[in-house]
Formats: sequence, structure tokens, C-alpha cells
Amino acid sequence: MTSRFAFSRRAAIALGGALVLAGSPALAQETVKIGLILPMTGPSASTGRQVEAAAKLYIAEKGATVAGKKIELIVKDDTGTPDVTRRIAQELLVNDKVSVLAGFGLTPLAFAAAPLATQSKTPMVVMAAATSSITEQSPYIVRTSFTLPQVTIGIADWASKNGVKKAMSLVTDYGPGIDAEKTFKERLTAAGGEVIGEVRVPLRNPDFAPFLQRVSDAKPDALFVFVPSGFGSQFMKQFVERGLDKSGVRLIATGDVTDDDQVDSMGDVALGTVTSHHYSANHNSPENKAFVAAFTKAANMRPNFMAMGGWDGMNLIYEALKKTNGSTDGTALLEAMKGMSWTSPRGPISIDPKTRDIVQNVYVRKVERVDGQLYNVEFSTFEAVADPVKAAK
Amino acid sequence: MLTSVPPETRETSAPAAFLNAKAAWRWPEYLFWLSAFALILLLPNRHLLMNEIAILGLFALSLDLILGYAGIVSLGHAAFFGVGAYAAGLLTKYGVTEPVTGLLISGALAGAAGFLASFMILRGTDLTRLMVTLGVALIFHEIANRLDWITGGTDGLLGVAPSAILGRFEFDFTGRTAYVYSLSVTFLLFLAARRIVNSPFGLSLKALKDNRLRAATIGIAPNRRLIAIYTLAAVYAGMAGALLTQTTQFVSLEVLDFSRSADALLVLVIGGSGYLYGGLIGAIAFKLMKDTLSAMTPAYWIFWMGFILVILVLIGRDRLVAGIARPFAPLLRLIGGRRP
Repeated sequence: MTSRFAFSRRAAIALGGALVLAGSPALAQETVKIGLILPMTGPSASTGRQVEAAAKLYIAEKGATVAGKKIELIVKDDTGTPDVTRRIAQELLVNDKVSVLAGFGLTPLAFAAAPLATQSKTPMVVMAAATSSITEQSPYIVRTSFTLPQVTIGIADWASKNGVKKAMSLVTDYGPGIDAEKTFKERLTAAGGEVIGEVRVPLRNPDFAPFLQRVSDAKPDALFVFVPSGFGSQFMKQFVERGLDKSGVRLIATGDVTDDDQVDSMGDVALGTVTSHHYSANHNSPENKAFVAAFTKAANMRPNFMAMGGWDGMNLIYEALKKTNGSTDGTALLEAMKGMSWTSPRGPISIDPKTRDIVQNVYVRKVERVDGQLYNVEFSTFEAVADPVKAAK
Repeated sequence: MLTSVPPETRETSAPAAFLNAKAAWRWPEYLFWLSAFALILLLPNRHLLMNEIAILGLFALSLDLILGYAGIVSLGHAAFFGVGAYAAGLLTKYGVTEPVTGLLISGALAGAAGFLASFMILRGTDLTRLMVTLGVALIFHEIANRLDWITGGTDGLLGVAPSAILGRFEFDFTGRTAYVYSLSVTFLLFLAARRIVNSPFGLSLKALKDNRLRAATIGIAPNRRLIAIYTLAAVYAGMAGALLTQTTQFVSLEVLDFSRSADALLVLVIGGSGYLYGGLIGAIAFKLMKDTLSAMTPAYWIFWMGFILVILVLIGRDRLVAGIARPFAPLLRLIGGRRP
């Protein structure tokens, strides 16, 4: 085979490809487009699945028309890779002329897209990523998920009140993990406790075993854990394999570890684990009962806190559109979103007009068996918690 | 002393004529580059995707230099892509905001890394080399992860804001500048690569690839040549990385990911290696497939991607392409092409 013949044939495919490119979509007039960018494949796929299901459910329940405009949701997979997130966001803005960007499964993905929101003056609703500093990256970012410092306060205070003097922390080594580690240490030390060891596990391919060995050697009263959504059961499995559940080290964590998506399949080992978080599928309110029932029926899985972020994010967009009477001007939408408050299935929430971050209740919960299934049962509430890192500034 | 040689003598020198003919430009090549540049005007709303294609194409081209011409199978080519990407990001952040300057420095730094790494791939056979390249990439990934006070670790490097290219062309929102910039760099580097692989140096590399021992016995020093081409490929990969950083204004650990190295190899599987266009054509096919499939089924596109790749390998690329090209054979003949 000479390269010459091979080349002409391959050139033919390339040209064919170029023709496919040419078929680009035109834009409609009375439609409000929402670009939902999520990791639908890769290690964080569960986040994408939950948020997408919740957003679609919201549109199905509340109708696809708001303030006279038709809502069109465009879901894109960014595979959890920041440069792809950025490219997709930019294409959505330039080609599809979306009025709102939403989604953002992980901190770096939100960071990568933030400058675009500023340049194009488009509201960017962060439905999942939870590093405190995300909302500071652009004045157009509004968050409906949570921040790690916010939910860590709950468990740190509970621990110091319940006889935890010496604790260790084990977090995933990236933005939210470091946020959680810092907040936990500050709160526990302020209450007279001590963090005797801090362990960070890599985000990619986490193997907890060597880190758990160090915990087992140090014998703290309690081990505080944060892992990203989707990695909880893996952690729990290794925790048990190392025999730590029988060593007297109490497991306390943020709600990601006993994620609603996975807690039931963890089995009895999860029983009694105390965590703090902003949402549990077991939350006792009529709004939540209706939400869980509808979600389970539509998506055939239990909603977790990611689904909650997606649901409230859609609600925020809908309500903002109602307030602007359907105007899609980015700055007007953003102003409408600031200070908005409503009763979500997770409890009363609001958007802080200054930081554009969410203010919500944080619940302390314990894993218990309810009607044959494992749930995080809430037993104590910290009301209207704002992100402590930004509040301190 | 070319003038002293009579024309007849030059023409009768058969090997030289053969080699010159092989190195000559052909019409599909002109067509390829003309269309690539024409797309600047023809497809104004897909510039961002085309920018990604140009960068992936350049990256795969750099892998083709070592795989297709020197026979080094690498699963860690992202190491140099990453060095270039981070170098460009840090340069932009700490003062050197002009993209072309940043590109050249990043390429040089990646080249330096490639030069050092090349000594490790001189020893051993394919499998050993494969492991060494993989290991080098993993080490770079971990270094970037550990040095989070410089690189931003897993969260990525924020605040990369390149200024106008050569002080004249600002990066715009539709990605037009980005595409023109990436395509021009890819084109220039392609021209250089084309010149190099058709030079005596390039031919001696091919000889090495075919039979290292025999090449050594006719006086081709293998090690020096392997070091040179590996370093050159690293420069190319680094520049591709720098282009990505400058056009997306963000760097994160994903630039060093194993999947990035694997993607480049996949691109060469699709496009074919050892004729330079493989990386470029493969990148076009790969990105378009990915883009179309993931737009159709955001959650399950990887299945279809895998399916197509398996089919491609089972049927064989050449047979498949010949099948597609057959109906167009009369047309191709008409415009001067050979029978496919």
C-alpha cells in the first residue's frame, strides 16, 4: 500500500466529516434554552444521572412553559473533563444561545466555565459542585447545592458535644475535601478537641486501604470522612475490610459517605453512622414525600442530594423567569435570583443576595433501618446556615 | 554543485527520483489544507470544536512521529502534552501573556522533558518501552497533583488570561481566533514534520523501525536518532498542550490523564500511522464521532464509540474506507485521482 492511494481515500472520509459538521441547528424565538452540562459518563456519572433526572422531573411536573416562554433543556455530557466543559459551555452560549448555564458536577468543571459566565453575562446555576470559593469566580454564579464548610459545621459540633476529643480526618484531595478538612479542624479545636492526623486520598482511583491503616494505628476517638458523591460505598467496604468498624473508632462524616443513592446497598455496616448534610430522602415534610415518590417513579432510583441541587436549581430558574416576566436578560435574571427564598423538599432555603450562595438548614443524621431500607434519619437541625468561609470574610 | 550535473544524469538517478516523487505534494493534500482553512469562513459556529480537533490532530501527529516513523509505542505521550499545557498556563499567569512567545517556551520545556525521558526508551523492547512511557506519564501526573501550590492540583489552575496573539488578535467569544491560531500552528508544524520525515534523517528512522540491527550495520546510529525524534515529538506534544491552555484559558490535571494518551493512540488507530495525515484525519473522525454520539445519547455514547472502534478494527480500516470510496471512483478518476 503506498501512502498516496491511502491518502485520497482518507481525504474522502475527512471531507465527509466536514459535511456532517455543516448541519448546524438554527435557533427558535419564543424558547428559553437552559444548557445543562453534567458528567454523564466517567467516575462522576452518578451525579449527572441524578441531576438530569431531577431537572427533567421538574419540567414534567411544573410544565414546560413559564411566563409565556417555552423551556427547552439541552443536556450535554462533559465526561468530567474541564476543557470539554468549557468548550460545551461556550458552544451552548454561541450556537444555541442558551439563557442559563446549569449543572457542573465537580469543582474544576465549574472553575473552567466561570469566566464564560462573566464574559457573556449569563447566569450560571451550580447544581452540584461544592467548594466554597466557586461563587467567587464569577458574579454570575448562583449555587443551589451546598458548600462543604456549611455541612461540616454540623458534624463537627455534634462530635465535640458527644465526647470526641481526639479525631482524625480523611478527605479526598481536592477543593471540597480541603474545605471540609479545614472546617472540621477549626470547629473541633475551637470546642476543645484535637485533630491528631489529617489524611488526604487522591481523587482519581481512590484506594483507601493504606490510609485506613494509618487511622487504625493512631486509634482516634473518631474518624471524620469526606468523599465525593459516588465513592461512599467503596469507602465503607474498605472501612469494614480493615476491621475498623470493630476497633472502636467512631465513623463520622459529611452526608456524601452515606449518600442516599448507595446507603441501602451498604448493608448493616452503615448502621449508626452519624453524618451531617443538607438533604436526606428521609426528610420529614410533605414536599419531600411528594418529591421522593415522584422521583422514584420517574427515575427508578432514590433521589440523593445531587438530585436535590438539580431540582432547586430548576426551581430557581423558573421563579426568576416569572419575576422577569419571561425576560432572558442575564443581569435581570441574576438580580431576580438574588435573595429568592422558598420551601424546597430539603427544607426552607434562600439565596444569599451578597454571596449568591445557598443558605439552608443542616441536619445531623444517623443511618437507621426504616421500612426495611437504610436511610439517613435526621435527629438534630442547625437552622439557616450560610457558608461559614464567606461569612467570615 | 547542482549546476555542474547535467539534467539527464539527475533524471536517471532512480532512487532519488523515487524519493522525490514520494515527497511531492499531491492534490488531496492541497484540498485537505484548503478545506481546513476554508472552514474558518464556512462554519462560523463550530470553531470551538474545530479548535479541539486541530489540537488533538497536532497531538496525534506528534505521537505519529515516534510511532509511525520510529516504531516507539507510547502510552504516556500525555506527559509532554501536560508539561506544555502547564508551562503555558504558568507563563501566562506570571507575566508572559503573549501566546506565541508562550507557545515557543512551552514547546522548548516539553522538549527538554522529552530529551531527558528519551534515554529511558532507548533500552528494552516494545513492552518495556510501553511500561516506561506509561510510568513517566504517571509520575508527571502525580508531580502536578502534589505541587498544588503551583499547579492548583486537582482543582486546576485559575486565572490564565492570555493577551492578544502577537499583540494584534484578541481571543474572541466564538472561538474564531482560537481556531485560526491552532490551525496555523498545526499547519506550520505539519510542514516542518513533512520536511523532516522526507529528509535523509526521516528515512534513516524508517530504516531503524524496520530493522534496527540491519540499520546499525549500515552505519545508522540508532540511539542518537531515537533521542532526536523523541525530543521533537515532545516539542510537538508540548505545543499542542500549550494551544489547549491558551485557547481554553484553564489547565487541570486532565491534561496529564492516561485517557489523553490513550485517545491519541486511538486516533492513530482510526486514521492510520506513518503518513502524517493519520493523526489529523483520525482526530477529525474521532471528535466528530464523539460529538455526534454524545449529543444523541449523553449517557451511553461511550458504548457506541466502542462499538464503532471494534467494527473498525475487525473489518479493517482500509477495506472499510475502500468500500465507502468505491461509489465515488469515477469521480475521483475524473479529477485525476487513482483508483481507490
